[in-house]
Amino acid sequence: MKRAHRWAVVAALFLAAAGAASAGGELRMVIRSEPKNLHPLKASDEASELIRYFTSGALIRLNRRTQQFEPWLASQWRLEDGGRRIRFRLRDGVRFSDGTPFTAEDVAYTFRVLLDPATASPSADAFLSGGRPEVRVLAADQLEVNFPKPIAGIERLFDQLAILSARSPNGETAVLGPFLLAHYEPGSYLLLRRNPHYFQRDERGVRLPYLDAVRLEILQNRETELLRFRRGQIHLIANLDPELYLRLQAERPDWLHNSGPSLEAEQLWFNLAEAAPIEPYKKAWFRSAYFRQAISHALRRQDYCRIVYRGLATPAAGPVSPADRFWFNRNLQPASFDPGRVRRLLEQAGFKLEGGKLRDSQGHAVEFSLVTNAGNRNRERLGAMIQQDLAEFGIRLNLVTLDFAALIERITRTFQYEACLLSLANLDLDPNSQMNVWLSSGSHHAWNPNQKAPATTWEAEIDRLMRAQAAALEPSKRKALFDRVQQIVAEQAPVIYLVHKNVLSAVRPELRNVEPAAVPPQLCWNIERLYLVERR
Amino acid sequence: MNRGRRRLAMVVLLVVLAALLGMLPRAAGTYDRQFRDAPGARPSARFLLGTDELGRDRLARLVLGSGVSLALAPAAALLSVALAAVVGGGAGLAGGWVDRAMAAGTDLFLSLPWLFLLISVRAWLPLNVSPWASVLVTFLLLALLGWPATARVVRACAASLRNSDLLLQARACGCGGARLFLVHVLPNLRAVLRAQFWIAVPVFILAEANLGMLGLGVAEPLPSWGNLLRDLEDYDGAIQRPERLAPLLLLVVVMSLLQMLFEREDFSA
Repeated sequence: MKRAHRWAVVAALFLAAAGAASAGGELRMVIRSEPKNLHPLKASDEASELIRYFTSGALIRLNRRTQQFEPWLASQWRLEDGGRRIRFRLRDGVRFSDGTPFTAEDVAYTFRVLLDPATASPSADAFLSGGRPEVRVLAADQLEVNFPKPIAGIERLFDQLAILSARSPNGETAVLGPFLLAHYEPGSYLLLRRNPHYFQRDERGVRLPYLDAVRLEILQNRETELLRFRRGQIHLIANLDPELYLRLQAERPDWLHNSGPSLEAEQLWFNLAEAAPIEPYKKAWFRSAYFRQAISHALRRQDYCRIVYRGLATPAAGPVSPADRFWFNRNLQPASFDPGRVRRLLEQAGFKLEGGKLRDSQGHAVEFSLVTNAGNRNRERLGAMIQQDLAEFGIRLNLVTLDFAALIERITRTFQYEACLLSLANLDLDPNSQMNVWLSSGSHHAWNPNQKAPATTWEAEIDRLMRAQAAALEPSKRKALFDRVQQIVAEQAPVIYLVHKNVLSAVRPELRNVEPAAVPPQLCWNIERLYLVERR
Repeated sequence: MNRGRRRLAMVVLLVVLAALLGMLPRAAGTYDRQFRDAPGARPSARFLLGTDELGRDRLARLVLGSGVSLALAPAAALLSVALAAVVGGGAGLAGGWVDRAMAAGTDLFLSLPWLFLLISVRAWLPLNVSPWASVLVTFLLLALLGWPATARVVRACAASLRNSDLLLQARACGCGGARLFLVHVLPNLRAVLRAQFWIAVPVFILAEANLGMLGLGVAEPLPSWGNLLRDLEDYDGAIQRPERLAPLLLLVVVMSLLQMLFEREDFSA
């Protein structure tokens, strides 16, 4: 009897806890810059994209944890006609935040707005890559989108497509996401309120989201963010710096999450652009694969992880992080520090060490500059460590920190630089989103952009492989082709990949259901299921 | 201030400078060496002030950084004050339209958006400059940009001298503009120029630290008081590791001693 009584108490407590999950509350977090555009189809910066994610509904959603696509506003989808057509069946009974019913007409309208040049949507280019798609409404709950050419990995595009209402008098402010924008105080905060018509329910039939509101405070200073987190004024910090992470670890280790390597890679590349205003003999160094490989093997990546990132980073083997479970090439290993190999490679490239200085075959001392952005302490430290590593081989490196806008101007327009140290994040897991990085004609082909014809045979090979993977529909075939691209990049080292820093975050214990992931929004991707409990 | 305290200040300053000078040769050889087995080490017999995040000896960096800042910040301050003396003193002495034109020029110079101009200046500079060249360029820029505020003060003092009996007599004796300025005005501005000089030195040291954020500061791996003070951005770290406060302490001590060397009455015009 006593035992039964104890179980009843436990059951009551469980029910009370379950009740707390739907008790509401206001989640408070920080965004580090002002959102540049609140129109869901025009979001391009991090803050705007986060607001789009919280307020908009998509047909298909990428589960950031499993990295698999799952039905969202569409209950089913099917690829047909060799990948040229995608057919959706929509969920029943879904309504926009103002009560307007959601139908296939809304999807068709969204496409019209998206593809209208006047909208200038950054998402439109991806849909237009195979020609202009056509949307055909088959019924109120069925539609198909026809593409002139098959687009591999088409589902990922629909994860980022916010559906607008064709009939709501409130225009784009009528949303299908878990929250709606209630108030915006520029320079201060944004308040998102619970969408009373949100379509999702939990396993117990409770309508989601659990939270009543989300308050996004605009704050740049990370020290202030940490201070407010400690005081309980904000509930979470995403993308914690290793230094701040370790500081918090000493106080509250149970509040911290280390989710392993991020999708971001710190990387170094040489300027191989034809039009670059640098001395011809330096261009010759940078064009030598032996020289680039020697530099790669002269770097102590383990030290960078241990010292700069306090052990909270992983040496990088290539452009794809191990966090991208499907596309990461597991056969690649990070270039190891190997002094013997460095000397052999430099000799093969015609360099020789004289009086502690490395000289090329014409007698020029090897000295070059490495530009990076000012104000990023970790990157500056990384640069200083690279400086010492290369000095061991008689190479003098001048580290130059520049204002970010000036740096971008140099690496994308004037090409007045010799080598650059920056990080690049492949936030979209699919390689199709990186076509402009890998194609020699691409504007983001860092080391030599906008080429009319591939400058080297290996770049021509990368072009061919990237086009082939974009046209293939079988994931395994695409993976094999992209693995080969990663292999070529590792062999030729046009970009020297250094480290993937870890995804570090801090969450207060009153916030529940947080499942950190590598893909943004890392901490809040399941925002509709987060809830707050009262702290005693 | 009594003479005894000034003497004491002089002695302490000389001791500090001698100690820095004595340690300089060793520091010059080790300031950039990264002891990767001991990053962020606490003070010990091996590293008296511990090591920084990259394992570099903090003491060696402090000694060399002090040398850089103590040599170049006063040099930049001197150049800046000299420019201010010529512009401000000339304007105050000449009066009339020359004064108005120079004052307007100074005001215009003060109102320029320096942040953006500095970014542009950095864009014009070549990338492949040695750290020593970068440090010279940084302090030269500070000198060339730091004179207008001082020029205003100097102009006001020179203007008050313009109709003084002293200058009236000098003019009556046939003194020309240049002689009047060099022999009669400048000596009378000496106190205010000296005061402005000592104000400019710490300001330039701190400005150099801020310029680092624009990529204009002293380049890695060269240390300066400015970039050593950036360690204090991490407030918690500075509290837990008081050895990080050493550059700040040294800056305060040296600047206080330098101020103590000049009596209050020296600064009155």
